[in-house]
Amino acid sequence: MVLKAEPMLISMGPHHPSTHGVFRMRLVLDGEVIIDAEPMVGYLHRGIEKLAETRTYTQVIPLTDRLDYLGSMTNNWAYVLAVEKLASIKVPERAEYLRVIMGELMRISSHLMAVGFLGNELGCTFTPLLYMFREREKIMDFFEMVCGQRLTYNYMRIGGLSHDIPEEFLPAVKKFVAEMPHYIDEYEQLLSENEIFLARTKGVGILPQELAISSSVTGPVLRASGMRWDLRKADPYSIYDRFEFDIPTGKVSDVYDRYLVRIQEMRQSVRILEQAIKQLPPGEARAKVPLLLRPPVGEAYAHIEAPKGELGFYLVSDGSIAPYRCRIRAPSFTNITALRDMLIGWKIADAVVIFGSIDIVLGEVDR
Amino acid sequence: MGLLAHFQKWLTENGVPHWASYVVPALAGIIVALLFLFAMIIVFIYLERRGLGRFQIRPGPNRAGPFGILQAFADFIKVLTKEDITPTAADMPVHFLAPVVAFFSAIMILAVIPIQRNAFITNLNIGILYVSAISSLGVIAIFMAGFGSCNKYSLIAAMRGVAQLISYEVPVLLAIAGVLLISGSLAMRDIVSSQNIPFILLQPLGFLIFFAGVASELNRSPFDLMEAESEIITGYHIEYSGMKFALFYLGEYGHMVVASAVMTTLYLSGWKGPVLPAALWFIIKMILVFLVFLWLRATMPRIRVDQLMSLAWKFLLPLGLLNLFITAAEVLWQDNMGWKQFPWPFVFLNLGLAAIFIIIGSKLLFKTGGGRVEV
Amino acid sequence: MTVALSGKEIASKIGEAIPQAVISVADMSVTVKSEQLFQVAKLLKETPRLEFDFLVNISGVDYLDYIEVVYHLVSLKHNHSLVLKTVCPDRDNPVVPSVVSLWRGADFLEREEYDLVGVRFEGHPNLKRIYLWEGFQGHPLRRDYL
Repeated sequence: MVLKAEPMLISMGPHHPSTHGVFRMRLVLDGEVIIDAEPMVGYLHRGIEKLAETRTYTQVIPLTDRLDYLGSMTNNWAYVLAVEKLASIKVPERAEYLRVIMGELMRISSHLMAVGFLGNELGCTFTPLLYMFREREKIMDFFEMVCGQRLTYNYMRIGGLSHDIPEEFLPAVKKFVAEMPHYIDEYEQLLSENEIFLARTKGVGILPQELAISSSVTGPVLRASGMRWDLRKADPYSIYDRFEFDIPTGKVSDVYDRYLVRIQEMRQSVRILEQAIKQLPPGEARAKVPLLLRPPVGEAYAHIEAPKGELGFYLVSDGSIAPYRCRIRAPSFTNITALRDMLIGWKIADAVVIFGSIDIVLGEVDR
Repeated sequence: MGLLAHFQKWLTENGVPHWASYVVPALAGIIVALLFLFAMIIVFIYLERRGLGRFQIRPGPNRAGPFGILQAFADFIKVLTKEDITPTAADMPVHFLAPVVAFFSAIMILAVIPIQRNAFITNLNIGILYVSAISSLGVIAIFMAGFGSCNKYSLIAAMRGVAQLISYEVPVLLAIAGVLLISGSLAMRDIVSSQNIPFILLQPLGFLIFFAGVASELNRSPFDLMEAESEIITGYHIEYSGMKFALFYLGEYGHMVVASAVMTTLYLSGWKGPVLPAALWFIIKMILVFLVFLWLRATMPRIRVDQLMSLAWKFLLPLGLLNLFITAAEVLWQDNMGWKQFPWPFVFLNLGLAAIFIIIGSKLLFKTGGGRVEV
Repeated sequence: MTVALSGKEIASKIGEAIPQAVISVADMSVTVKSEQLFQVAKLLKETPRLEFDFLVNISGVDYLDYIEVVYHLVSLKHNHSLVLKTVCPDRDNPVVPSVVSLWRGADFLEREEYDLVGVRFEGHPNLKRIYLWEGFQGHPLRRDYL
């Protein structure tokens, strides 16, 4: 008697506590083993690129907040860099240093969320997440001090920042920077040597380097595959060539390596923050830019190293007050290209972990 | 002679008809046992929520009542007034009875647990065998819930659950067999009476195997794959809401209460203790066992299903067998040495052997990590 | 610092290998004919001193007379970048060969441009809408959509 077996089609659907947002993966399972995976996106599509065509250049900045809503400062920064490149606007020194400080604080916050939620998906019942949220709350307090918002900051403007920092900001950040390495040690103590954590993440979800480069993967995922490519060193924007920091890379490109790369990037961000705070000059926080900016006809592409990867804006201008075309190159969207190859052969439990280690945000994927 | 037997004798002496003097003590015993169970469940729920909160640097529920004591009642009222949604394609009898079976199997074990030297419902002479037989009923409840819900996630959870539960019963039984060799009797009261020093000292390897096995039977982290919230979203009780979900929840905590009680009886010398009343010692030891379960839940991630099966069959089972052989050898040896008066050499010998076997076993017997299947 | 290669250098290199492919040359970009796009891309990827192994972005821009597809390429090895463009003069049926077999990252990027701008990529293994639902009529990012 032949036993009839057929693979099971399951939809790790839009409503799921562990897909970081409304993301759907159609999995074909043989028992617990994944045979095929198809990511289906578009549940959060809001048409940001189309909306940007009917708003002035400054009015697009709040739209960019909502792309990677966990990294709003860096989204703003990429966009204003593109506009400044298009219109050849020079940003004052103080604004550049403050942008670096905000960007690095944002990177720490985003990586804290990424690592915390990785722990959550492994089943640690929120404990590492809540420890990391303790620091993230401090960072959100700094941002609230500066611009009044905790999540979508809308702080950077074309030519600088919207206003200068209040006086209590710098002492608070100095104190945070002094104690952060001790907290990162605490997180590593909780997770990095934990037997079960190692058993679940070592060797899981390997993405070879050639496949990563060919799939246009950027960010910590590419660096964990061994490719030393960080836009802050390869194509320095703003004033990153004045700071000293390392680029952590991984060797085996499994989930554990991606986790380690993020933890080490947090340490490097703290280093950059120390240097930036020390070198902060006095001056203007914003260059003089007309209210309704009309850049010359042309196009520009500017990219930054956002916490999730390479975030780029391709702006086409036809001389009017609104961009003709605003194309957003979102890192999470291209990082998903490699998802299917990373998932096949693993079990459902690994699917969630591998997916969490790529660290996507649906706002960016769907725009 | 238990308290209930005394009560029955007093009733017959005072002229109550024969059937009543059988039924009334039985009912009284059942009611008292259920009250004890519910009281302990409420204490455990409170400890779990506040304890998890403290582990996670947050206060835990502290609004309902002073220090959040009435949180469990608030949850109970909420759950009673919730709408009971059942999927139309679900298999109705199976879907309906699953929570009942889950809770029932926890209650039935209460019949043999001795809280004091004379406080128990019955002193079955096959006490511990009865306990392990009834705890196997939980498997059926999980499978009924998962299969009858007509939901693919529940089905995956049910399959995982059945595999996990029946795999972990074997090491648990082997650990219990070690205890039985030393105590010489299956009745729970006699097991406690024969513990001059708690068996955890005489059987450290057996205790650890029993602890891991029971943690897995109870679906506690790090073995809570059946209700893995981040993967298959509460697994087998996805389609349950309202009172049925409450019954599952009560059943889980009921199993935990009963498992802590059994562990106290077998390994921590039950009610024995110096100054306080004996029942209080029993409750304190139960709470201590539960606190260790809570500690594990708050700090450990979850292991994967194939690693779970390797742990049961390749690590715990061989260690359980080794434990049995060593205990048998020691029991034979002690017949010549008279260890009942001076068991301490055996304590140190067993601790040393346990350490050696665990270290060797964890290096050699199985590997975790990786595990990709060629498709 | 990533060197942005100028349009003239690349145009001359392409012109040597595949004549008649280049339509126009700008300061920072090169426009090629859409029929020869795949050969040009393969040339750019495999020539020893160019080696553009990383596809950064694909954008579709609707200039009302024609549709332009812009490819941003980067070489991780040599650290230089390039902007490659191609034009589709026929707005009702713009067709461009797909570069998925060269760079796998083009998979989702091309699907997005098909969905929102309407450019068909020939040779793409799975060209269906990615953001909008199947059965949606029209392509929202065209300038005449709304």
